[in-house]
Amino acid sequence: MTHTLGRPDFELIAGWIEPGHRVLDLGCGDGSLLKHLIEQRGVKGVGVEIDDANVLAAIRNGINVIQGNLERGLDEFADQAFDHVVLSRTLQTVRHTEGILREMLRVGREAVVSFPNFAYWKNLRSVLDGRMPVSEDLPYQWYDSPNVRFFTLLDFEALCAKMGLIIRERSVLDEEGKPVTSEVNFLGSLAVYRLTQHR
Amino acid sequence: MPGQSVGVVESQRAHFDQPLHLRSGGILPAYDLVFETYGTLNAAKSNAILVCHALSGHHHVAGHYADQPENVGWWDNIIGPGRPLDTDKFFIVGLNNLGGCHGSSGPSSINPSTGKPWGADFPIVAVNDWVHSQARLADRLGIESWAAVMGGSLGGMQALRWSITYPERVRNAIVVAAAPKLSAQNIAFNDVARQAILTDPDFHGGNYYEYNTRPVRGLRLARMLGHITYLSDDQMGEKFGRDLRNSAFSFGFDVEFEVESYLRYQGDKFAGYFDANTYLLMTKALDYFDPSREDNGNLTATMARSKANFLIASFTTDWRFSPARSKEIVAALLANGRNVSYAEIDLNFGHDSFLMEDAHYHGVIDAYLRNIKL
Repeated sequence: MTHTLGRPDFELIAGWIEPGHRVLDLGCGDGSLLKHLIEQRGVKGVGVEIDDANVLAAIRNGINVIQGNLERGLDEFADQAFDHVVLSRTLQTVRHTEGILREMLRVGREAVVSFPNFAYWKNLRSVLDGRMPVSEDLPYQWYDSPNVRFFTLLDFEALCAKMGLIIRERSVLDEEGKPVTSEVNFLGSLAVYRLTQHR
Repeated sequence: MPGQSVGVVESQRAHFDQPLHLRSGGILPAYDLVFETYGTLNAAKSNAILVCHALSGHHHVAGHYADQPENVGWWDNIIGPGRPLDTDKFFIVGLNNLGGCHGSSGPSSINPSTGKPWGADFPIVAVNDWVHSQARLADRLGIESWAAVMGGSLGGMQALRWSITYPERVRNAIVVAAAPKLSAQNIAFNDVARQAILTDPDFHGGNYYEYNTRPVRGLRLARMLGHITYLSDDQMGEKFGRDLRNSAFSFGFDVEFEVESYLRYQGDKFAGYFDANTYLLMTKALDYFDPSREDNGNLTATMARSKANFLIASFTTDWRFSPARSKEIVAALLANGRNVSYAEIDLNFGHDSFLMEDAHYHGVIDAYLRNIKL
């Protein structure tokens, strides 16, 4: 997926990352998030991207980008090579969900995962009205969507528990990018998690 | 891709008197290198790009000669004003490597100590020997460090070797359709090609020049075999399929399928101008190439010596040096925290894709080079 500048989750993610950290951005798009982190936080960054046009755009942006398919793992990266591995609005497009989460925590100390919440009330209302949801965070029609996994905050947290992953932090945003603090599975449109494997 | 050719070019010759100690233990007491340059070296001498050639390449990389307008350089489509290797920004250097047959010292050039062609006496040269000789050419041109060293296939291996041998002299290395070392299959293909030449009765132990003959049959077979490995199965299927030159089978051994006709033509053309001893040397340079040998096969340890930024590119249909081989280089660079980008380009021309003009491929090279600060 292509990042767009000024996305609310960018600031959240940037706030979790210390200056000088090594960051891997999976599905880095045109490299906007990494560029933001390099310029604002002085990180050392690498992106992974599958799409030709995005790879070209990322190189044009002066970002280190490795063309590759997340479904095939992260073989070219060594164990614990990064402080943070970011998967921004991409988990729902990956078939091997558990595989990619394990790989993220193999190559990185911490995983930062953001994804659209399918149980967001407007999405639920849309389905009740008989149509698949299209929103700020789910900006596709059913027939052109890259999304292959449909899940909610509760679903994701259940998977983390099953895999023994520790949720260090969670932020939930509404469609305007404002923080949601109550009834998050119902009122949240986008969730951002910070995960580790060990306490 | 917009842009123009560099137009009329001239080749130059540089003579070197300082002996070159070779990887094989041999010594070249003196040698010549022919080269061409395009664009203008800036005052700070910071805008130079070295383009290294592959197995059958040479110094005529771009443009054409005034008296030979059809003789266009082998990578003309990527070099010129407004092209990825933009001669309005960069000063491009291309040379014919030692052991070559296009004017630099090689088996077919005259050995000054005998007055006859070197033939079998020309020493085996390794990729690192080329890099050392190229460094001396850089000295001669006043180039302290290259803005970039780049090449495809064997040329990419030279760019990689440069980044290891002279880390202070390479700011960027662009390695296209290459591998960190040859596989057993790669070496096997090379050896069949060499056997074709070595067993040709006209080879005369490499001293065929004295017999006024050339091992044309062996060289032709070597090229036909090599050519198959440069193309993709799909591309050959699309281009030739099972098409026949005539409508019916002839039930004989003469040329019958279009693919046979094509390969024979390519073999004849190549054998007409290329030197068989050079072919042998180039394939040996490929086989011996393995910088990680200095580190017991640990490429990560080898790449720790590099300091350049890297662009690595491979082609999806290249089975000679497949994307997986380029990714070995990428992994070793990532493990050292080097700046590296990797593009896996979907082009249908197999290994030869690196010579093709394609908007995305050239766009990637262009985007990378535009970010280089001089």
